[in-house]
Amino acid sequence: MRAIFGWGGRSAASLNDNKGGPWGPSGGGGDGSGDGGDGPRNPWSQPPRKRRPLGAGGNVASFEDFLKKGRERFGGRFPHQEGRPYWAYGLAVFLLLWVLVTSFHQVAPQEQGVVTFFGKYSRTVGPGISFTLPLPFERMEKVDTSKMRFTDIGSTEPNNENLILTGDQNLIDVAYSVRWKIRDPQMYLFRIQQPEQTIADVAESATRAVVSTLTLDEAIGAGRSDIEQRVAMQMQRTLDGYGAGIQIEGVAVKQTDPPAAVNNAFKEVTAAQQEAQSYMNQARAYAQQVTARAQGEAAAFDKVYAQYKLAPEVTRRRMYYETMERVLSKVDKTIVEAPGVTSYLPLPEMRGRAKAPVAAEEVAR
Amino acid sequence: MSRALRNPIAIAFMAIILLILAGATFATVPETKQAVIVRFGVPKRVINPYHEGQDYGRTGAGLIARYPFMESIVWIDKRILSIPMERQQVLSTDQYRVQVDAFARYRIVNPLRMYVTAKTEENVSAQLKPILGSAIRNELGKRPFAALLSPERGQMMANVARSLNRVAGQYGVQIVDVRIKRADLPEGSPLDSAYERMKSARQQEAGSIRAQGYKQAQIIRAEADAEAASTYAEAFGKDPDFYDFYRAMQSYEATFAGGGQGQGQNQDQGRTNIILSPDNDYLREFRGRK
Repeated sequence: MRAIFGWGGRSAASLNDNKGGPWGPSGGGGDGSGDGGDGPRNPWSQPPRKRRPLGAGGNVASFEDFLKKGRERFGGRFPHQEGRPYWAYGLAVFLLLWVLVTSFHQVAPQEQGVVTFFGKYSRTVGPGISFTLPLPFERMEKVDTSKMRFTDIGSTEPNNENLILTGDQNLIDVAYSVRWKIRDPQMYLFRIQQPEQTIADVAESATRAVVSTLTLDEAIGAGRSDIEQRVAMQMQRTLDGYGAGIQIEGVAVKQTDPPAAVNNAFKEVTAAQQEAQSYMNQARAYAQQVTARAQGEAAAFDKVYAQYKLAPEVTRRRMYYETMERVLSKVDKTIVEAPGVTSYLPLPEMRGRAKAPVAAEEVAR
Repeated sequence: MSRALRNPIAIAFMAIILLILAGATFATVPETKQAVIVRFGVPKRVINPYHEGQDYGRTGAGLIARYPFMESIVWIDKRILSIPMERQQVLSTDQYRVQVDAFARYRIVNPLRMYVTAKTEENVSAQLKPILGSAIRNELGKRPFAALLSPERGQMMANVARSLNRVAGQYGVQIVDVRIKRADLPEGSPLDSAYERMKSARQQEAGSIRAQGYKQAQIIRAEADAEAASTYAEAFGKDPDFYDFYRAMQSYEATFAGGGQGQGQNQDQGRTNIILSPDNDYLREFRGRK
């Protein structure tokens, strides 16, 4: 293209130089060479040729004349032999540029260039600078083989569901993204028609095949990484069957959720799980308390018993007296001395303390 | 040199004619295309036809020549093409309605036959599409719904591909594979009832999880109680008599002195009245030795 522009620019320059050009004279203001009094001219009429006595004809009658004029003007810059018109040089420059531009290729580090000779596959070149024959003969198509490409299927948005049937005939909403690269550029270019569409189709079919072997619980829970691996494997197998030259790098499952219509029921399950968990936590807390208390009491008993064993009688009496001391020091006491005396009990005072007589009986044992 | 050759217009004119002639004679066949050379409407030969396992660079692609203006080239794709199928309802043997979306991938292996029978790839697709549809309906209609969600699915697709291939052969086309893209329950009552089933299954699950939790909790409590009992029994069993005494002491203290942790703290604690008989063991020494 650059070559073409160069050529165009050159001819445009020569046109512009022709003061007034095809759009009439420049008004004659500059050189004021006599036609100033003519008044406004028809802009399409031929300009007067006062400035250039060299122009053989009065007007540019033909392309040839025009070229000839140009040749004369550029005579100094383009030395030429007689009989070689300057457009031949233009053509030569154009061809040279064409050859340069179309046969010189820079293949970026992440790319590979597939070279075809008249449409026929010739070779694949790696990164760096390489040469091919110029364009009509050889053509290079650069393919980025390192770039990770993504094909997304389904979406995580709630109103856009990609429902898939699981093995137990339930439905889940799945969104995932396939990462892939071009492995064989020539295969990729020549083997399949719509690579992106093919990948999307194959991905959908593989996912459905895999999900249909899982139960709902597996698919929304632990089976996700399993889905990822198996889908990637199955896709790779299918694409290799096509000879697509595509490498599946991985599948990322972004979402495997129950459909929105049944989401509440699923939340209820979660709530029930929480509830069950809290029951169990409460029970565990109770269990710990009870056990700890039992252990504490048993330990205390053991300690006391160990002492008791050493001197049973004394310890027993000691404990009895100590306890009685503590008990009786805090309560109101009445001692009925003589047997057979019926004492007067100040019952109104004792009303409301129903326990007392019972206690008395017990102590009195 | 003649005047005509010196004249750039003439040169340009001739160049243009030459270019047209060259364009009508030579053509480049890319790797992705097969070319059928048609002379006055009669297909004569095929350039760059598909061969199994042929490496690129050894194919018939490249520059070809033909008789200008007599022969025309019909381009036929050499790549793997797809037949998309519109989604259609399939009725399984157990009367489930399923909406199936499938696709087939094919390759034109006999461009000549394909050109004669269908002219273009689009026509091939269009003609194979209903056949694919009916093959799938037939195959899936022979099986229960559950088979669609099982490893059998691969076998079913192979069957569809086989029956489709029989027809496709007539068009010079080879079916590479057939796959189910989607198999969904149709909107409306089938989908709703599936949702309903899922909901009730979940509710049932929630109920059972709750009950299980309750059960576990009770077991945990009972186990703790049992363990405590066994701890007590082990400790206290060493001397039941002493335990009786020991525990009684604790109990008196808790009951009357309010020293224990167990008893509710009455407001009138400490105001307990105790009437002691002089015969009480505690007062044995009080009475004096007899």
